Amino acid sequence: MISWRAIAAATLLAAAAPVLLAGEIPPDARRSGYAFMGADTRAMQDDDTSNPGMLFVLDGEALWAKKIGSADKACADCHGDAQSSMKGVAARYPAFDKALGRPVTLDQRIILCRANHQQATPLPYESRDLLALSAFIAHQSRGTPITAGDDPQAKPFVEQGRVLYMQRAGQLNLACTNCHDDNFDKRLAGAPITQAQPTGYPLYRLEWQTLGSLERRLRSCMSGVRAQAYDYGSPELVALELYLMSRAHGLPMETPAVRP
Amino acid sequence: MAALINVPSKAKRGDIIEIRTLTSHIMETGFRHTADGKLVPRNIITSFICRYNGAEVFRADLFPAIAANPYLSFFTVAKESGKFEFEWIGDNGYSSTASASITVE
Ligand code: HEC
Ligand code: HEC
Repeated sequence: MISWRAIAAATLLAAAAPVLLAGEIPPDARRSGYAFMGADTRAMQDDDTSNPGMLFVLDGEALWAKKIGSADKACADCHGDAQSSMKGVAARYPAFDKALGRPVTLDQRIILCRANHQQATPLPYESRDLLALSAFIAHQSRGTPITAGDDPQAKPFVEQGRVLYMQRAGQLNLACTNCHDDNFDKRLAGAPITQAQPTGYPLYRLEWQTLGSLERRLRSCMSGVRAQAYDYGSPELVALELYLMSRAHGLPMETPAVRP
Repeated sequence: MAALINVPSKAKRGDIIEIRTLTSHIMETGFRHTADGKLVPRNIITSFICRYNGAEVFRADLFPAIAANPYLSFFTVAKESGKFEFEWIGDNGYSSTASASITVE
């Protein structure tokens, strides 16, 4: 009897939304975290002279032109004017790297350029300079629709990210999907639960009082359910990032966003 | 340190204008401890001054409870064309400046 009812429910779901997997948000219902914020926080993001993320964009612009490393080269020496050369780039990251045979995040791409092309000391994850460079680069994509994950070579990694996103974890035994697909528009304590759209990274979080990467955000959601957070740059975090970006397909980039 | 300044580029004589400033600073309170119990020394901006063609028009004292990257907005009267100069002073000899010009018709 019970199993019959379950089958009936499953067929109903399938009839209502044939192309979507259970729990997924239909494309026209996708909303950036911006849509969940109060008027004050939106105003802060919208005005480039009151958005603290822009301070990091300015720092990144200065770093872009600075010659460093034993190659004594600046990013600008190879990439020229970022306004044209970096336009739209962040919207397709994480991107598949042929030589490495796996996707790399924008931060990892910058780390690779520092190591391979500038022969400079590596920038640690979440360091101020790395965040500033990635904010400066991603800012050049503001307004560009996200296309990351479109590359067929990236598909297996998108799928890996989706599995992780659906997988329950931690002492609270919750999956990302339980909050961000099943319960967005509700609140967790005082905070609105959003759809986890990665449109604004790196972004300025008022709680952090600084700019932070998408990986930092994901790691804090993982500690939130009392799970062991994956390390920065780990294949799992990269896959999750890639899945989130592919899930946000078509949403415009808004770096540097502001979040509570 | 990077700063973002918003001053209208043009104004009519006698207009009340809004000035907004945002500057990079960690504003370390001096009340926090590291994981191994050491006190993180205070490192904040302690005062901010705005001068309009050399004359001080606004000053503020800042304290540990003010968030990182302080944002200040205030008003003044547009009197003559010229320059606004901004100065942030803080712990450990910290000092940073910025400026913006205005045309008053
Ligand atoms: C000596 C030349 C050189 C320098 C200096 C250099 N890069 Fe690169 N960069 C490249 C090349 C070549 C590629 C293509 C990927 C590869 O072969 O590594 C690339 C790729 C990139 C990409 C990916 C572009 C895309 O369309 O996917 C980004 C982003 C980037 N670099 C950022 C930087 C930043 C930031 C710096 C400075 C910190 C920098 N690069 C310094 C040569 C350089
Ligand atoms: C218990 C509910 C819960 C779970 C489970 C959870 N999150 Fe979150 N997440 C939140 C809340 C609440 C916020 C918003 C916090 C804020 O900004 O104030 C958030 C924010 C985010 C954001 C930021 C969105 C933006 O607009 O910047 C992303 C991305 C995200 N989560 C991804 C994930 C991923 C990936 C997982 C699984 C590893 C996960 N979350 C698990 C509750 C959850």
